Amino acid sequence: MRVAGKGRIDRSQTLSFAFDGNSYRGHPGDTLASALLANDIRMVGRSFKYHRPRGILTAGSEEPNALVTVGRGPATDPNVRATVQELYQGLSARSQNAWPSLAFDLMSVNDLAAPFLGAGFYYKTFMWPRAFWEKLYEPVIRRAAGLGALGPEKDADHYDKAYAFCDVLVIGAGPAGLMAAWTAAQSGLQVILADEDSVMGGRLNAETLEVDGQPGADWAVDMVAKLSQMDNVRLMPRTTVTGAYDGGTFGALERVSHHMAAVPKGGGKETFWRIVAGRSVLAAGAIERPIAFQNNDRPGIMTAGAVRAYLNRWGVSPGKAVTVFANNDDAHRTATDLQEAGVHIAAVIDSRNDVQAKGDYKLLTGAMVDGSSGRGGLSAISIRTASGSEKIMTDCLAMSGGWNPTVHMTCHMNGRPTWNEAIASFVPTHGAIPGMETAGACNGAFSTAACLAEGEKAARACIEALGGSVGDVAIPAAEDGFYAIGPLWAVPGKGRAWIDFQNDVSVKDIKQAARENFTSVEHMKRYTTQGMATDQGKNSNVAALALLADATGRGIPETGTTTFRPPFSPVALAALGAGAQGTGFAPERRTTSDAATRAAGAPMIEAGLWYRPSYFPQAGEKTWRQSCDREVGYVREAVGVCDVSTLGKIDIQGPDAAKLLDFVYINMFSTLKEGRVRYGLMLREDGFVMDDGTTARMGPNHYVMTTTTAAAGQVMRHLEFVTQALHPEWDVRIVSVTEQWAQFAVAGPKARDLLNDLLDAPIDNDSWPFMACGPVSVQGVEGRLFRISFSGEHAYEVAVPARYGDSLFRTLKARAEAMDGGAYGMEALNVLRIEKGFITHAEIHGRVTAGDVGMGRMMSQKKDFVGKTMAARPGLTDDGREQLVGLKPVGAVKQLTAGAHIYSDGEEPVRAHDQGYVTSVGFSPTLGHFIGLGFVQDGLMRRGEVLNMVDHLRGIQTRVELCDPVFFDPEGGRTRG
Amino acid sequence: MAELKAKTPLDDFAPMTVGTVTLEETDLGILTSVAPFRDRAKAVADRVKDGHGIAWPANGRATGKDGARAIWFGRDMVLVAGPTPDPGLAHDAAVTDQSDAWTAVTLSGADAEDVLARLVPMDLSVATFKRGHTARTQIQHMNGSVTRVGADRFLILVFRSMAGTLLHDLQRAMESVAARG
Repeated sequence: MRVAGKGRIDRSQTLSFAFDGNSYRGHPGDTLASALLANDIRMVGRSFKYHRPRGILTAGSEEPNALVTVGRGPATDPNVRATVQELYQGLSARSQNAWPSLAFDLMSVNDLAAPFLGAGFYYKTFMWPRAFWEKLYEPVIRRAAGLGALGPEKDADHYDKAYAFCDVLVIGAGPAGLMAAWTAAQSGLQVILADEDSVMGGRLNAETLEVDGQPGADWAVDMVAKLSQMDNVRLMPRTTVTGAYDGGTFGALERVSHHMAAVPKGGGKETFWRIVAGRSVLAAGAIERPIAFQNNDRPGIMTAGAVRAYLNRWGVSPGKAVTVFANNDDAHRTATDLQEAGVHIAAVIDSRNDVQAKGDYKLLTGAMVDGSSGRGGLSAISIRTASGSEKIMTDCLAMSGGWNPTVHMTCHMNGRPTWNEAIASFVPTHGAIPGMETAGACNGAFSTAACLAEGEKAARACIEALGGSVGDVAIPAAEDGFYAIGPLWAVPGKGRAWIDFQNDVSVKDIKQAARENFTSVEHMKRYTTQGMATDQGKNSNVAALALLADATGRGIPETGTTTFRPPFSPVALAALGAGAQGTGFAPERRTTSDAATRAAGAPMIEAGLWYRPSYFPQAGEKTWRQSCDREVGYVREAVGVCDVSTLGKIDIQGPDAAKLLDFVYINMFSTLKEGRVRYGLMLREDGFVMDDGTTARMGPNHYVMTTTTAAAGQVMRHLEFVTQALHPEWDVRIVSVTEQWAQFAVAGPKARDLLNDLLDAPIDNDSWPFMACGPVSVQGVEGRLFRISFSGEHAYEVAVPARYGDSLFRTLKARAEAMDGGAYGMEALNVLRIEKGFITHAEIHGRVTAGDVGMGRMMSQKKDFVGKTMAARPGLTDDGREQLVGLKPVGAVKQLTAGAHIYSDGEEPVRAHDQGYVTSVGFSPTLGHFIGLGFVQDGLMRRGEVLNMVDHLRGIQTRVELCDPVFFDPEGGRTRG
Repeated sequence: MAELKAKTPLDDFAPMTVGTVTLEETDLGILTSVAPFRDRAKAVADRVKDGHGIAWPANGRATGKDGARAIWFGRDMVLVAGPTPDPGLAHDAAVTDQSDAWTAVTLSGADAEDVLARLVPMDLSVATFKRGHTARTQIQHMNGSVTRVGADRFLILVFRSMAGTLLHDLQRAMESVAARG
């Protein structure tokens, strides 16, 4: 219910919203949780495992129970914490994990079976039979358990990623964080202040405490206003810093549009920030811990600090007759605040004996709540005192087992927190995150005055470390109470007392784990699943390990904590993967002929990041093979045109350019004459083949190297390594020119005729023989011409600056078509090169030597080159290596398939008998049958042998004859013609 | 005989404004990568200064102005943008025409920094990345070059083949920033 005269929200405006289909009203500034409580909705969900009714436990991001689904269809957000979701007009939320309804949930029978479903149930029960796990157990369990579900549609919302940089990052904007940001800002350093809440101020907004003689919340408003006016301060509300990483880098999730009815056009729902900070101040506050007692999960039982927050910030009392159960002084303020607001306090139960009431309320000392009752929500609690037990009627119990400093972030780089007996909790270990200071409640300082002082001190430490300076900064006066606590983790008694609300783990489960010898805290966690839900045990970890310590007879520090890992609170994968969905995964590289190629209907295939045409279909062609055969015919009989711009092109210049080439290729390049091209093979340092290609000598000290499309980056990196690390003394410069030139293969008997139509000065066989190169003028444009062939035909590659690529491709294609030829794609290119036995990375796949591909004799004896020494290793020169062979079908089955393996006659086709494998195949329209390339043991000496090709995947067996890999025109007359 | 027609990387893309930020394709003129040979850096710098009136930039810096710039482009390399290179440079440096290798765009406007903060993993705020500062860095998933050429104006270069991806990524970021109001 709303409480008159309380709260810091705008009551003059009303917002309507829906929960499970019913309409309610709230106000701007409400969270979904505060609005539900204002409407006396107590039950908001069902628990994960036992489907027990659950209500709102907390008022912050640690909420384990009140998870709802917001939105519908492709904009569905499951597992939204009602305590974090800001209210907006038209908000529609649904409860989760209940069917058919929240009030009547069929799966709540699980709760009756609870005696059988305790810790380790799955491990013990679903061990056998093994096949049942995937087929039966897992689907059934998944249906019963679980939280919200994603919609089946693709997420309609956009997410962002962004980078931010600062000198000092302050995490949390409570009194400590505000003071730290204010102090750091005075030094002129760049400051980022990030807070997960929509309103900065932290606990100051939830309490009635004063700062500097005014209400703490007002002081926070003033401070935020002052900070927002400073150029060197960036305020990031609704931003949860989720992780601390190396080098002062932090991850942070900003909820950009969750508080709006619709994501603005073009906008994002969330932004995942990577913040790089010189220094950081953690001022993340503390999280109140519940006390375990029988049925402590009934809706209406909340943490005491949350009850204060709902009253003081949102003007809501979660009950009409409120009881408080605590082991510390702090929680008594819940009673006094509520009383001042006119809410009836039924009783305050304090487990400590020596306690005085802070106001005019009934105080039971040395007493404990040991049970609750009420259908669908709390109506009464039972209390055990020294004198006996009694029952108190109450609709809201505010409990407090003390506060746990939010040390999580300090443990993200393997640090462990330190046990502090005085507050019965863990505090950060200094230096656990390099450059991070901790201040305020997260540091174990629980008074407002201490928070302010620590904030100032932490900022000062950051400023000094960064070499800055700051004058005196006034620390405002504030409450400086002593935090008195007497540890109480669980009330002894029967029944189930809940520790981890989100994963339904009870005190019994933890004791059982200890009994079954899961005494390590890490084992206990995994056995009981405590702390493994989406709240990551924020509400339960310390209590759980305290109980484990008790059950195993150890102290809490010896028992230790489990590992806190990022993210601090859940992050949508959509945010982490922002910008990388679909084709955003990697850049698309498009050739200059891309538009004309797609316009011709060519299906595109990916080659690295490039897109290349598979084939150019024509009317009447039903299969790609028909198109491919036709395109092969262009090149063998007329003229074909193909964009080869994707091949890597590296400009190499300098007095030592030839030395570099001699060093990276196995064959000699220093003897190459100007105006000539040579084929070369490169090895990696380990002696295996890295890449092949041609290099053209364009001038005295000027070469252009081509690489394969796939290895362009690798070769460039290799040349950088050689020139920077191996031979930095060489005077040679390299730069990629892949993108500068649009380059097209023009291949076939009519290639020269076609080119002479376009070249401003015609060529002939004498002026431009095989392997010649040089500058040409193409319709007035300065280009380059290389007489090289990847098809075995009379062929050229003509290059022009990329701006003319589109135009030249269209011209070449049209002219080729007029000469009974045309454009050809990758399929035809592949068949043409297999017919000639030319290798690609299907063959030079990283495990073959120059000898394996029949180029062993190319390795120069006259010079050193990269990989030479390692290529001479015994394993690389032994007999029995698999060597490149040609393959042709000779039996009834005519099909060859790449990836198939080769076996001898009479031997079972199993791994132990493997003779080799097929790397490339194609149907040769020129020869009228399938041809293939592959590697077979000692293949060079076994030509003429007939073996069996077996493709286990596709179920194909073909008799194959090993032959020369050059199937067509072995003398090469056509190339030179 | 038909003439070959030239196309720009973005094919004469019309300037686009989203919110406060404008994206336009930029014609930088002739682009030349200049990598001085050993011990020739000073001679090259002098020749660029004398011939083109542009100071040789230090690492991470760009000099000159619209129409004639020298942009540090990596280890021992400068990209001269605008003038036809002095033929004499080739004696002392590897001189390579790169006029068609790069997509060049200018991003300008009050929120240009915020747009780039979504794509570029380095601090481009004016305090650390001033006018005349340049970097070889990433633009989303692309390697490229970013130069601050004005108070709120950035010159961005990526490979020509990635023009479409650059346009897509910048437009998404511009819309996202504009939607924040």
